[in-house]
Amino acid sequence: MKKSTRVVFGALAVSLVASVVASVSPASAAVNCDPYTGYKSMKGKTVTIFTSILEPELTTLQTATKDFQTCTGVKIKIEGSNQFEALLPVRVKGGNAPDLAWIPQPGLLVKMVATGKVVPAPKAVVANIKKYWSASWADLGTVNKKIYAAPFGSNMKSLVWYSPKQFAKNGYTVPKTWAEMEALSDKMAANGQIAWCGGLGSGGATGWPGTDWVEQMVLREYGAQVYADWVSHKVKFSDPKIQAAMKKVADWMQNPKWVGNVKGIATTTFQDAGKGIPTGKCNMLQQASFYGNILADEGATISEKGDVFAFYLPATNSKVTVPVVGGGEFTAAFSSRPEVQQVQAYLSSATFATSRVQLDNWVSANSGVPLAAYKNPIDRLAATYLSNPKSTFAFDASDLMPAAVGAGAEWKEFTAWFGEGKSIAEVTKAIDAAWPAS
Amino acid sequence: MSLKISKPSSGRQIFSSKIAAITVWTITILWTIPTFGLLVTSFRTGDAIYANGWWSAFTKPAFTLQNYREVFFGGASESLSDGILPYFVNSIVITLPATIFPIVIATMAAYGLAWVKFKGSDFIFFAIFALQIVPLQMSLVPLLQLFTGGAHIGSVTIFPALGIAGDFAGIWLPHTMFAMPLAIYLLHNFVASLPRELMEAAHVDGANHFLIFRKIVIPLSVPGIAAIAIFQFLWVWNDLLVALTFAGGTEEVAPINAKLASLVGQYGSSWTTLTAGAFITISIPLVVFFSLQRYFVRGLTAGSVK
Amino acid sequence: MEDFLPTTLSKFGSVFSAIAIFTVVLGTIFFIAGKFNGKKSKYIAIAVFVSPALILLSAGLVIPAVRTVMFSFMDADSLNFIGFDNYTWMFKDPNVAIIMRNTILWLLVTPLFTTALGLLLAVMLDRIKRESIPKSLLFMPMAISFVGASIIWKFVYEFREGDVQIGLLNAIWTFFGGEPVNWMLSKPINTFLLMIILVWTQMGFAMVILSAAIKAVPADVVEASALDGAYGFKLFRNITFPMVKTTVIVVLATQVVGALKLFDIVRTMTGGNFGTNVLANEMYSQVFVQFDQGKGSALAVVLFICVTPILIYNIRSIRRERAH
Repeated sequence: MKKSTRVVFGALAVSLVASVVASVSPASAAVNCDPYTGYKSMKGKTVTIFTSILEPELTTLQTATKDFQTCTGVKIKIEGSNQFEALLPVRVKGGNAPDLAWIPQPGLLVKMVATGKVVPAPKAVVANIKKYWSASWADLGTVNKKIYAAPFGSNMKSLVWYSPKQFAKNGYTVPKTWAEMEALSDKMAANGQIAWCGGLGSGGATGWPGTDWVEQMVLREYGAQVYADWVSHKVKFSDPKIQAAMKKVADWMQNPKWVGNVKGIATTTFQDAGKGIPTGKCNMLQQASFYGNILADEGATISEKGDVFAFYLPATNSKVTVPVVGGGEFTAAFSSRPEVQQVQAYLSSATFATSRVQLDNWVSANSGVPLAAYKNPIDRLAATYLSNPKSTFAFDASDLMPAAVGAGAEWKEFTAWFGEGKSIAEVTKAIDAAWPAS
Repeated sequence: MSLKISKPSSGRQIFSSKIAAITVWTITILWTIPTFGLLVTSFRTGDAIYANGWWSAFTKPAFTLQNYREVFFGGASESLSDGILPYFVNSIVITLPATIFPIVIATMAAYGLAWVKFKGSDFIFFAIFALQIVPLQMSLVPLLQLFTGGAHIGSVTIFPALGIAGDFAGIWLPHTMFAMPLAIYLLHNFVASLPRELMEAAHVDGANHFLIFRKIVIPLSVPGIAAIAIFQFLWVWNDLLVALTFAGGTEEVAPINAKLASLVGQYGSSWTTLTAGAFITISIPLVVFFSLQRYFVRGLTAGSVK
Repeated sequence: MEDFLPTTLSKFGSVFSAIAIFTVVLGTIFFIAGKFNGKKSKYIAIAVFVSPALILLSAGLVIPAVRTVMFSFMDADSLNFIGFDNYTWMFKDPNVAIIMRNTILWLLVTPLFTTALGLLLAVMLDRIKRESIPKSLLFMPMAISFVGASIIWKFVYEFREGDVQIGLLNAIWTFFGGEPVNWMLSKPINTFLLMIILVWTQMGFAMVILSAAIKAVPADVVEASALDGAYGFKLFRNITFPMVKTTVIVVLATQVVGALKLFDIVRTMTGGNFGTNVLANEMYSQVFVQFDQGKGSALAVVLFICVTPILIYNIRSIRRERAH
């Protein structure tokens, strides 16, 4: 923070009160500093972090890092904004970058690295990445063969939310295969119920849930290689494979028998989409692991016998074992000050990840986190799939594609596909046309 | 020179008062219903909001203060520590200078362009009008660069790095800049319509431009200045973009809007906090407006001159 | 929280010191500049009155505008010049045609409606007792941010399939026997429904400014013409309107610029989907979501160009006004 007139004016008053407060506040004796002996004491230093994460998770993050802050004396200041993606480039280009940022899109990380303002990961972070993360995760924080960012939080997207209470009441069982899931959907329809909830609405980002559905199907049908080629546009959207995967999505989420009003999906917000699950207005919703927070916000209990829970979205092709689509944030640094590098190292450690998952609503792909540490059953379920060595893991494709597609044409065209009945052929053609030339 | 308050008189009647009253009140009710709906919704439970329309709340009254409690104190009351009050202070601290500075500077410019005739004054006026269209999103990066790095031609510094990004001054200055085109344009309309004879008489009496500006222009333009000041106030109060770009969302500087946007939550999902949060944000400008509305209603009348 | 009081005091200290410094500096300049006499005094007056605004404008808006024009000829990251590619893209992309059509609709419809309604209400408010209450209520939406407005209007336009309607419009519609309509999907009504939101927020602005102008019409002028037998609409057309015409144009021009720059409403209500996208929203998406500085800047340049006809009209009408 820069000096200013108000500092001059307030300095006297602040120093007077500060001395009083310091003498009154209790000594932090109860804190166990053993896990933090490897970190240097840096009293009075502050590290700023900018993120898209908001309350209540910001408070939880502060709680998780409290001991570290007390033991090392480094103050971590986290600023969350729902305008993160727009503001970060502005601040970085304008010379007002934060010390650290949690970037949810590897594509945005590449853009930020291109500005020359991102500092490569220090040795301690590189060591942590090699020790705790699989190659597929480590690659996402690597730009031009140089490691910049360690993964931070993760979420598992191959989940279907449902109500165990409603399932028990109606005698439904959780499907294990795609065929069982289709049969269950038919059964629900026969009972006069809406099988699938869905919502694409998300303000300026309307359409993103649709990209998740298509990603699920591309990975399920064709496996990791085709998925990677699709991300790099070696396989085009208009490729018969991708079109076939989209057809399969259409048979599922645009099936009027199962979803009720297909076009309504385009105007329903993704947050509202699942609100009917606890009461059985609609029965299932494909959404990521974080969706539990939204349902919990509405007062639903999340457990295997509660109002809501989730099951794994079944595979469709036996050749692709345990397909899992996931997403997550990456910690990028814009400063090489020692305290920043120390916080960076701490955030990539298993110590931090473990203390964070013990507090609820968070998943880490850090292999140093014991599954038993998870407080929230959904998070544990998600972590089970993320850490399963048999899993065919793929990162959210729309976050990897160029922003003109992954945050532009794909959203727009998928929304038109659902809302205006645009054909798959036209949709894919328009997305391919928007792919940047270079 | 006489100052006369124009009162509604039978002679000004265009539509009979009865038709006027009915029309005005009908439109007023139509205009208020949507906001009223938000107010009612913000006192309803999440289930009720989702189950039926806000108007149903009157047939089966069931209201709760829980939504407001949640916004102010957080769901699990763990965010009680960072109360909303420091942000409220920040909003006032941001808004006052960001309203006063641009209005004063714009009034000066409006007078200069309207009454100190010089070659090119019209051109400058129309250029300023045209600048209204510059999307301020396009100004964020260059302005931030100017604040953090200054401006240089070769090795010559033509503008020093102010180092005010992250500080209140770093919010006041951009707001002052962005307010200029519209404020000058509107104030020019007011100032230019002041009676020419009055100005000429003052010049004949030996008053210079600075005296005229202080003794004639400012007092006679008070209604216009007050109206535009309120627009500027509302604009700054409701702004999120400038504050978040130039100062950030921390407790030291962020306005209340930034805090509410963050409190409404990670996924902006629940209508309960969203409606209560929205109503809190709009309530403050409303209070300010209602307490100042006499400037609109009577103040403007009293100022009319002939 | 312990240090809330001292930090608050210091914050207010900085406000008052800033305002004090501002006042002192301005007062000193006025004092010194006021000492000059003769021909020089005029130039000093020009410098003192106009240059602060010009300096602020050039740093805050002119330089960015020039940069924007430059970026519009460069690639997404503003690294290489690519000629007119960002402009030819607009002609090739079918979405841009819809965007242009909508933008033109917005700037034709909303300023006219806002100004006409504002004028009607300003005239009528002048005619009734206790005008402060309706005036305040009518102005109220002005005090609401666009995001707040979008939440408010969500509860008007919300649609539910075969369910209890929680959106006011559908509730009224179904009450009169209609089938529930997904308004935001219904082309082209959806664009007009979004326009209503803008008219709703901006009408108070038009009303307040026009009301001030109407009240400034000298009472004796009105009385004199009333004695001549001018009443009702005739009085409005012959006396009131000509006297507030400049203000009407000012309000109209402001509203046109506002309609051109509008993006929040579209962004939050439909995200620009279902054929409702407008220029300013696409510009925002290109720059801040798709990180294409080039295309975004080119769209901004088109925005500049859109405003020139209004600018020319303004110049003409103000010149004509002066000639009288």
